[in-house]
Amino acid sequence: MMDRGTVIATEDLSKHFGDFIAVNKISFEVRRGEIFGFLGANGAGKTTAMKMLTGLLQPSSGKAMVAGYDVFTQSEDVKRNIGYMSQRFSLYEDLTVKENVRFYAGIYGLSWTERRRKSAELIDRLGLLEVKRDRVAELPLGWKQKLAFSVALIHDPAIVFLDEPTGGVDPVTRRQFWDLIYEAAERGVTVFVTTHYMDEAEYCERISIMVDGKIEALDTPAALKRQYNAKNMDEVFLKLARGK
Amino acid sequence: MIIFLMFVKKEFYHIFRDQRTLIILFGMPVLQVILFGFAITNEIKDASIVVLDQSNDASTRQITQKLVSSGYFHLDRNLQSSQELEGAFSTGKIKMAVVYGPGFADAFRRGGGAKVQLIADASDPNTANVLTSYATAIIRGWQAERLGITQLPLTIKTDYQMTYNPELKGVFLFVPGVMAMILMMVSAMMTSIAVTKEKEIGTMEVLLVSPLSPSIIIIGKVVPYLALGVINAAVIVAMGVFVFGIPIYGSAVLLMAEALLFVVTTLSLGILISTIAESQQTAMLFSLTGLMMPTILLSGHIFPVENMPWVLQWLSNIIPAKWFIIIVKNIMLKGSGFQDIWKETLVLLGMAAGFIGVSIYRFKIRLE
Amino acid sequence: MVTVESVSKSFRKVEALRSVSFEVPKGQLFGLIGPDGAGKTTLFRILTTLLYPDQGKATVLGLDTVKDYRAIRNRVGYMPGKFSLYQDLTVEENIEFFATIFGTTIRRNYSLIRDIYVLLEPFRTRKAGKLSGGMKQKLALCCALIHKPEVLFLDEPTTGVDPVSRKEFWENLQKLRHQGITVIVSTPYMDEASMCDRVGLIQGGELFGIDTPEGIRATFKHPLWRVAGGSMYPMLKALRLYEHTLSVHAFGDSVHLATKHQGITAIDIAAYLSTQGLPGLEVGPQAAGIEDVFMGFSTTQHDG
Repeated sequence: MMDRGTVIATEDLSKHFGDFIAVNKISFEVRRGEIFGFLGANGAGKTTAMKMLTGLLQPSSGKAMVAGYDVFTQSEDVKRNIGYMSQRFSLYEDLTVKENVRFYAGIYGLSWTERRRKSAELIDRLGLLEVKRDRVAELPLGWKQKLAFSVALIHDPAIVFLDEPTGGVDPVTRRQFWDLIYEAAERGVTVFVTTHYMDEAEYCERISIMVDGKIEALDTPAALKRQYNAKNMDEVFLKLARGK
Repeated sequence: MIIFLMFVKKEFYHIFRDQRTLIILFGMPVLQVILFGFAITNEIKDASIVVLDQSNDASTRQITQKLVSSGYFHLDRNLQSSQELEGAFSTGKIKMAVVYGPGFADAFRRGGGAKVQLIADASDPNTANVLTSYATAIIRGWQAERLGITQLPLTIKTDYQMTYNPELKGVFLFVPGVMAMILMMVSAMMTSIAVTKEKEIGTMEVLLVSPLSPSIIIIGKVVPYLALGVINAAVIVAMGVFVFGIPIYGSAVLLMAEALLFVVTTLSLGILISTIAESQQTAMLFSLTGLMMPTILLSGHIFPVENMPWVLQWLSNIIPAKWFIIIVKNIMLKGSGFQDIWKETLVLLGMAAGFIGVSIYRFKIRLE
Repeated sequence: MVTVESVSKSFRKVEALRSVSFEVPKGQLFGLIGPDGAGKTTLFRILTTLLYPDQGKATVLGLDTVKDYRAIRNRVGYMPGKFSLYQDLTVEENIEFFATIFGTTIRRNYSLIRDIYVLLEPFRTRKAGKLSGGMKQKLALCCALIHKPEVLFLDEPTTGVDPVSRKEFWENLQKLRHQGITVIVSTPYMDEASMCDRVGLIQGGELFGIDTPEGIRATFKHPLWRVAGGSMYPMLKALRLYEHTLSVHAFGDSVHLATKHQGITAIDIAAYLSTQGLPGLEVGPQAAGIEDVFMGFSTTQHDG
């Protein structure tokens, strides 16, 4: 495979909370345009690792580069160059579609003219022209998700971090959301996603599985299934997490 | 019974395991008493005055000497003419001017007509009042001495003397008020949060779908704070007595019993708020603005209620703190027994029963 | 044991439940399967007597949820979403509390929770707030069980928890059947449906499939195919343009394709894919799963 360039690289990245080691020297790389699945049980260190990569938490030790910036010394630059979407905190329900888009365009640092242009573009592209003055709370879930995802990409970041974006969502909408992820990846955006749905793990190019603060597996879904002699990712996960 | 005790035990765990609650419960009262007691005094010492002595005879000099040696006044300077009077107050440093009319000693000897004028800077009316009172008292004292009247029968004690608090010690006035303030604040805020917290974290749903009745939940939440509130009250009183030297002329036991009653009243009020409020934030805001502000303004603690429009006076009757402050002042400074304060006690009792009753009645046993 | 008759419930403008009816006999493990906002929590709250139905009637243990709420509240166990435990009390203290307020002791019903508690035991003096998601879930289950309820209502107990803990949790639930406890669980995870005796599929306030898991699977009427061996997105895009496609959905490493009529064969499909630049893919028949059925209903509900 030709080298697509690395957008995330960590080396022995760790985080301690007192005596407790939440993330224990993880090292991995993510390539441009890759759909990378970041899996692990609750308490395995996933959330902590993600917070470090998105510039929200200072690592205790090790190195990490995200979108070309050092996570230790340039966390603000990291934040400016990535997109982030989480299931729980995305759009403001009591603001309209247009207000939400303009707001996020603003906080991602777009200039005034760019903000107007990109907002209009986004709303048009998503087919939301008719509802742009409606409050987000009134939109069907599928539209909200589409909007939240697009907003996270409005400043054309190199990477977008998705924290369990499809939790609790119905199966049809879930898959529609993954279409968005595929489209974005085709455009060259790197997608870093965490999920508890094992079938979604299979949609990723490569997956890493964290157990007790360490990365215990990192490979393509097909390779992992071969390695653990499993029919699907669910079995891989079970074998990894239980067999310790 | 076991169920009730288990519930109370759980509440105690919550209280002692939450650092913030503990700080509020124990740290704040102590801090407040210290602040109010030491920092804010109504006492006047060494107030700067000027004297315009148009007689300059032995009498006026004696009076001036008495004023200065009382410790309340400090003579800044003697003025030479009445033109200087207005200018004297301009810097704000001078609080009062004593002006003796010409021929003072002669007028006094002749029996009447000796003029002495006190001009006080009333931009701070409280201080002005106090200063003129002191000065008047001292001058009258001098007069009494000169006229050979050394003993005055109790019945005609002149009105300038502050009964039951002759030295006008500010701290005596403040402690009952502060006690009411603190108990009210701590109790009401704490209980108002206690119930809404369960609603917020979702455990209230689980409690509802169980054999627990609203009475157990409510009373179970009140009891731990009751114990702590009483301890608080005791600490405040102890501080008042041992640190500030406030006397308790009445029965200390009665005082604590009334404090207990007041704590129950304010706790029930807090619970009532929490049955209405949906979130902890709302509960706290309600407690602070709905309770604290009216209490500060209308309880008679800082501003005398008798001077307010009758609407507010009537309103002040529903403030529990008002009744409690009356009770405490009576017990501590007047040495009253239960027979003197049974009416106020009854009011508090009625309020407490009312709040608890309404809380239990209003307690939502469903989520809508 | 639990009956629901034409129950409807609205909140302001939103119809949370639309004339829902079903029954759960004693000792059954019943799963209510549906995504967020489907009405699961509302239904649970009506059954646990916390909400009034606008229309219709519900009974638990033969008692009406409106009139006899007190009796019901003494005899059921309830675990609302997000665990609802006391974060600042330890594992032991939480269980002791819930046992006591129901008028019993841990010792009396220990056998009920023993299998679950065994994993919690090393953490018994740890505060509930400091437990991992899987452990909190186990603790919540212990607290709901400790007073030996006759019916257990669990509202989304596995949401947000990792697959391993989820599996363990269901294994624990299945053991409860032997104790004669009726269990009603709600979950958004379709794969958990197969662990239940009977399931009800719910979306948008409507209950549209009530049967055993096999029964539900059998309701899928169209021919279903499995296409695998290529990258997901290209496969999806190609099949969406196919004239005979009724629905096409990603399913892990393969695509589930439902065709409009019986006449289309695997060879037809493979041939089409070749013309789209995707030769050599595996195409074979696929037995419909709960998720396929669910999505079939959903797409007719949305506009396809």
